[in-house]
Amino acid sequence: MTVKLQIKNLEEQEYTINMGPQHPSTHGVLRLVVSLKGEIVKNVQPHCGYIHRGIEKMCEKLTYQQIIHLTDRLDYLSALISNEAVCIAVEEALEVEVPERVKYIRTIMDELTRIASHQLWWCSFGMDLGGLTCFFYGLRDREKILDIFEESIGGRLILSYYTPGGLMNDIHPNFKQRVKDFIKYFRKILPEYDQLLTGNVIMQERTKGIGLISKEDAISFGFTGPSGRGSGFSCDLRKQHPYGMYSKVDFKEVLYTEGDTFARYKVRIAEMWESMKIIEQLIDNIPEGPYSVKMKPIIKLPEGEYYQRVEGCRGEFGVYIESRGEKFPYRLKLRSPNFSNLSALNTLSKDQKIADLVAIGGSLDYIIPDIDR
Amino acid sequence: MPFNIYDFTSFTQWIDKSLYDSCTPFWAMIWEMSIIGVVFLAFYAVVGLYLVYAERKICGFIQCRVGPNRVGPYGFFQTIADLIKLLMKELIYIKNADKVLFNIAPFIVIITSFLAIAAIPFAKGLHAIDFDIGVFYLMAVSSMGVIGLLLAGWSSNNKYSLIGAMRSGAQIVSYELSVGLSLVTIVVLAGTMQLSQIVELQRDGWFIFKGHIPAFIAFIIFITAGIAETNRGPFDLAEAESELTAGYHTEYSGIKFAFFFLAEYMNMFIIASIAATVFWGGWMPLHFPGLENFNHFMDFIPPFIWYIGKTAVIIFIMMWFKWTFPRLRIDQLLNLEWKYLLPINLFNVLLMAFIVLKGWELF
Repeated sequence: MTVKLQIKNLEEQEYTINMGPQHPSTHGVLRLVVSLKGEIVKNVQPHCGYIHRGIEKMCEKLTYQQIIHLTDRLDYLSALISNEAVCIAVEEALEVEVPERVKYIRTIMDELTRIASHQLWWCSFGMDLGGLTCFFYGLRDREKILDIFEESIGGRLILSYYTPGGLMNDIHPNFKQRVKDFIKYFRKILPEYDQLLTGNVIMQERTKGIGLISKEDAISFGFTGPSGRGSGFSCDLRKQHPYGMYSKVDFKEVLYTEGDTFARYKVRIAEMWESMKIIEQLIDNIPEGPYSVKMKPIIKLPEGEYYQRVEGCRGEFGVYIESRGEKFPYRLKLRSPNFSNLSALNTLSKDQKIADLVAIGGSLDYIIPDIDR
Repeated sequence: MPFNIYDFTSFTQWIDKSLYDSCTPFWAMIWEMSIIGVVFLAFYAVVGLYLVYAERKICGFIQCRVGPNRVGPYGFFQTIADLIKLLMKELIYIKNADKVLFNIAPFIVIITSFLAIAAIPFAKGLHAIDFDIGVFYLMAVSSMGVIGLLLAGWSSNNKYSLIGAMRSGAQIVSYELSVGLSLVTIVVLAGTMQLSQIVELQRDGWFIFKGHIPAFIAFIIFITAGIAETNRGPFDLAEAESELTAGYHTEYSGIKFAFFFLAEYMNMFIIASIAATVFWGGWMPLHFPGLENFNHFMDFIPPFIWYIGKTAVIIFIMMWFKWTFPRLRIDQLLNLEWKYLLPINLFNVLLMAFIVLKGWELF
């Protein structure tokens, strides 16, 4: 009798495992409570907040120049792009026109950031699939971008280079040459990524048709960035609402309509090519001039609400500022792309295998500090 | 002491004879076993450690980095230092783990790999025991290791470990078939299961050249299934670092973890040895009929070097696989075995039998 009861109980029980907060494939301190039936994922419940630092609240007691240093710490792989959102919001509120030189440099830096971020994504995606060599190939090339950053900016990861009104300091004299060298080098290296991972039969089998999401679902989940464009959702803010120099350069918005993990993969690989194209068009034409407008040491935004969105490496990054005319914002809200992308994880990975859950997580490319803020 | 680097038969017989002359047969047997045990233990440790070193160097080479290079010249003593560290580590016991099984599991894994070495012919006359069913023995022994993995996963009382163990169970039991059938292909060709005979039959050409296309197919299948059986990438689902943290050995620490680790490398060595022996002629130098001078020149290289060289090449191929390919998913892994490798293999055995029956000889 007791034996029978126990067996029944086992069948009813869900086999739940905790993926994270310490787990190699959650890319940080994300905790996924996964309900399994054998190898098949029945339910995924993300638990956020392990790296919540209250950045939005902290911003309410910081001046606009100081906020820059906190937006770095959200999505640390697209630090400069997050900074740009705050800078443009402040500049537009004050109706300050930044010099052309600043726009050129910002756009080039943004695209370098995007390449570096996608490189790191490629590393970790390869590693999620079990191809450990990818990790070192990607990091080797990312190092070159970080060296360029270090020379001009001083930092390598947390950059804080932009400031309302321009840049913190001018670019290094070597900057142009090094960027050109890098583009030349990376144009030769990027096909190697395809040879190592994209063309691999195992990789394609693992990713094609896995983690499908339709365009309508992608829109309702607020999918943006490469993940949204993998489902055919045209959401590239560089095209839709151009800022910086994006309206003047020629590049394609990469769109794939399959909506599976492989499509999201290919979007990012193609975006690296597009980013290189953008940089090549700008790097020779950086105009001379001041690298910053003279701003007041304490910026007071006129009363009102301001919203600025930019195309981050993982999707739409938005900054909403409500000002009451003080030197601090009354309220600052950040729209982080990873948070919306993560919300679809359960839909994407339902009835797939555990290995697919890891692959899908890799293809969404989430950065945990950006989710938790 | 009749020591000949080209033929160890007289040397091993001399040891045997002098032991039996000096004491009673019972004690002579005990002595012989002990000597073989000690020699193999030392061999096991050295090969295991240096395979780890080799893997780290090769993976470093593939991944554009240097690999271990601090302890000793070229980091040569790094793995020994690692072993000492692992010996000194605390063995962590888990609450609610099945203590007995938890402790036995690493030993089962390491003993099965240890048993397999006994039957491998390292050079002419240099093997511990020459079964007339050598191939069968190797198969039987190497498939026992899965029990250790299953026990480790079950007894750890860890959910990741259990998934890892179940995966490895499904995987090894499936791929055992392919390993067996691809060896059967060669057994059909050779007409014997005795390893020394199999090597001797390859005097005028290795089986991979002599066996027409079926031998080549069998070799490919054997390497694929062999990698799967040793739980190495791209078939490392049982460990699957990015999914299951460390799979069945998540909860093991210190020297018990080292046992699993060493056993994995020794299993790789054994699979490579079997492949070298059965397909590439073991210690037999490269011979082609009709090229007398070439054959004579090849004979100058000692058999032991041939054996180590061939094994090393196969091990390198296996490492190359691991560091290049992403991991398969469990359903794809089982599909590969049951839908592709097994039917091909069955057809292959049939083809080989047909060729042997017709007496078609390449040379």
